[in-house]
Amino acid sequence: MTTTSSSFIFSATINGEQREFLADERDSLLEALRERAGIRGPKEGCNNGNCGACAVLLNGVLVNSCCVMAAEVTGEQITTVEGLATPEGLAPLQQCFLEEAALQCGICTPGFLIASTALLAENPHPTEEETRFWLAGNLCRCTGYDKIIRAVLKAADQTA
Amino acid sequence: MVATDKPAYKVVGTRPVRPDGTDKVTGRAEYGADLRLDGMLYGAVLRSPHAHARITRLDTSKAEALPGVLAVATNADFPRVASGNLNLGEGTANPMWLVDNLLAGEKVLYHGHAVAAVAAIDQHVAEDALALIEVEYEVLPFVIDVREAMLETAPILHDDLRTAVRAAGVAPAPDRPTNVATHLRLEKGDLDAGFAEADVVIEREFETSMFHQGYIEPQNGSAFWNQDGNLTVWTSVQGSFATRDQLSAVLQIPVSRIKVVPMEIGGGFGGKINVYLEPLAAILSRKSKRPVKMWMTREAVFQATGPTSATYCRVKIGAKRDGTFTAAHAYLAYEAGAYPGSPVGAGAQCAFAPYNIANQVVDGFDVVVNGPKTSAYRAPGAPASEYAVEATINELAEMLQIDAMDLRLKNASREGTANAVGAPWPTIGAEAVMNAVKNHPHYTSELHGDDVGRGVALGFWFNGGMESSGTATVTADGRVSLNMGTVDIGGSRASHAMQLAEVLGLEMDDINAHIVDTDSTGYNGVTGGSRVTFQGGWVMHDLGMAIRQQLQERAAGLWDVAADAVTYDDGSVVGPDDADGQPRRMSFKEIASKLSNSGGMITVSATSKRNTQGPAFAGHIVDLQVDRDTGKVTILRYTAIQDVGTAIHPSYVEGQIQGGAVQGIGMALNEEYVYDDQGRLRNSTFLDYRMPVANDLPMIDVQLIEVPNPGHPFGVRGVGEVPIVPPQAAIRNALYDALGVNFYQTPVSPRVILDELLPKD
Repeated sequence: MTTTSSSFIFSATINGEQREFLADERDSLLEALRERAGIRGPKEGCNNGNCGACAVLLNGVLVNSCCVMAAEVTGEQITTVEGLATPEGLAPLQQCFLEEAALQCGICTPGFLIASTALLAENPHPTEEETRFWLAGNLCRCTGYDKIIRAVLKAADQTA
Repeated sequence: MVATDKPAYKVVGTRPVRPDGTDKVTGRAEYGADLRLDGMLYGAVLRSPHAHARITRLDTSKAEALPGVLAVATNADFPRVASGNLNLGEGTANPMWLVDNLLAGEKVLYHGHAVAAVAAIDQHVAEDALALIEVEYEVLPFVIDVREAMLETAPILHDDLRTAVRAAGVAPAPDRPTNVATHLRLEKGDLDAGFAEADVVIEREFETSMFHQGYIEPQNGSAFWNQDGNLTVWTSVQGSFATRDQLSAVLQIPVSRIKVVPMEIGGGFGGKINVYLEPLAAILSRKSKRPVKMWMTREAVFQATGPTSATYCRVKIGAKRDGTFTAAHAYLAYEAGAYPGSPVGAGAQCAFAPYNIANQVVDGFDVVVNGPKTSAYRAPGAPASEYAVEATINELAEMLQIDAMDLRLKNASREGTANAVGAPWPTIGAEAVMNAVKNHPHYTSELHGDDVGRGVALGFWFNGGMESSGTATVTADGRVSLNMGTVDIGGSRASHAMQLAEVLGLEMDDINAHIVDTDSTGYNGVTGGSRVTFQGGWVMHDLGMAIRQQLQERAAGLWDVAADAVTYDDGSVVGPDDADGQPRRMSFKEIASKLSNSGGMITVSATSKRNTQGPAFAGHIVDLQVDRDTGKVTILRYTAIQDVGTAIHPSYVEGQIQGGAVQGIGMALNEEYVYDDQGRLRNSTFLDYRMPVANDLPMIDVQLIEVPNPGHPFGVRGVGEVPIVPPQAAIRNALYDALGVNFYQTPVSPRVILDELLPKD
């Protein structure tokens, strides 16, 4: 990668780890994560905030990383799908997505998992309707959403 | 009529966690755009702002001179390719037109048509370079509507195109330029006599929009053209081998010089069979000597890939007072986009498939227009023609004052009746599905509320066969390593591993299922057509039986008994009792551990191209409510009933049906292509191309009917295509129930509904 005058040192805590790397000031957070840092769990589906495949948590808040400039988030806390599991195992949401067959192709899954994590953090026991409204910003073309909604509600049921 | 003779399976019919699941919920699964290679460049594509124009000047010199740009490609970089016919499984491609679609030749034929491609050190530089490419256009008149394109006065896309007539008794087309590429006809019985017998004749006409497959992962393609002449391509496509074959045709290099490495694929639904970026990445790599990665913007995905045909369909049905259909005619005009090749042929064969009609004619027209070249989309061609038929039947039922399901049942296709081309149906579940709809608690329940309605419709799809291959190796620890060449778009690692485990008496987790590149297993057709679990299941059967045979021979040697005295039972080899009268039995794991010392490890390969597909029928029931102020339609309840043959993994079978139904709901109510008066696509974002989101929908209830396919070891029929067929008509029929208005177009968007409901000036 050629260093140009438009490059800068990106510095943030990603999935609990302090990371510093060279990025371009034109990079979105999504581009910086994927193409500079090698964190490719967040996916590019539309690059304009319509599909939610690139969703990450920025200081715990759900954002579409394609709509955030990388240069804006220096010093912040970022959680991607890679940060959901622990050394002990998968997060309950991840496990429920597997058990409920809540993914077919899997490209939207990282975004749904992040968005669902944000939902359950704010509302640990959502109704089906609340879940459907919260996840309306995430597109899935394979499943018709049925099994995704069931997986999220099941994960919520398992929480005290 | 649910089959009662289904064998007791151990693995088939259970719901294990899929083998690739953990990678896909932890972000580890590698999709095409996730690829990273040392020295990798980034590609980008310049696209036409016009619907139809002649390129009078194309100058890439300023882009080439930009620091950080390593290669630029135009149509001139492709070898000259002759016209031909390349079979892609779901549809065909003419390599000559394919090249012009990849990068425009003399003319651009649609808004978004690719004109030039660049490779640069990063995406931003590549995009900067596109702005430096100078193109001058002579703008030409354009045509997008299929019926306008058929007029003699229409702007002509291809001066050398003539109508191919594939219809007995129809005069050859005149030798003059046209946009009608094909006129085909299916004919059986005596149409005039059939209509003469009818007491009632109904004729209705319908229009459907272009619809995009809407996969969430944009097209991608990466390539490295080594200096030894070998090309490696990494991509997320439905057919690695189909991609290899297209690359060979457009680049004019032998298939053995091309290796296609399948990455995980983020949806396709038929739209990821044709190549778009892979050949450009290959040419850019050849020029730059570096690996090149490309992926499409969402705007380009809408403008230049996919969609399915917009159509105009006219349906005429004659019936006796008792409801017996005496004759039927369908006129189907499907636009193909900028190059010939709409799925009108399949649409023609499917139109009347659920019904036994002695006298019928279907005329199909394949028409080019100034839009993106259409590609396969889930049951290609079937949703439009069957929507028109199912909507017409709904009106006919009312004219005859017969229950809509009773009318369908009276005319149902069944085993032995003739299909559209006169061949007898095999064992099919059409009647079983119709009865299940009629008796479903949803169909028989009361519906309450204002402006609510209920509709039903049926759907049919052939289900494909094509070719599959695989290789299996027994590992020393008693498991099986399975190499397959059909990409896993929604659970086929699981469905294959389960079938192989069933044959071997193992658990699914005993099978390590891998999707490998085109050099690492035999030929495989595309993942599509609802064929993969069907044909792959045959391969699993053949692999499993070959392994069993070899294990029996090994056991015979170890026990020193005759080979034919050893059998295979429930995951073990079993021999005659030994001298002490003790039974001889070794589990799969025990004998696997002895293979190395008894002749070596066991590896088997199999290829299957069986032609014993099981056709699929579905029936959907929908309740909906219309908001008279906004035109918004709320789906209150939705039930999808389908003959699935045997459900290998019921959760993924249900998921296919739910997903297909919801795509159909999108077609029925919201999704459409909006072109302006300059022929430019105005809604090429997910915000404006309005696919269903989670809060648009209720749960989608699924009832699986299992009428096993007698042409498959586990009775598999294939599942994924047919559920997209019924929704457009079911919803349209429900809207009539709710509002007393018959709509003759899809989508029936809020605007269309308000046009009907609001007072006219």
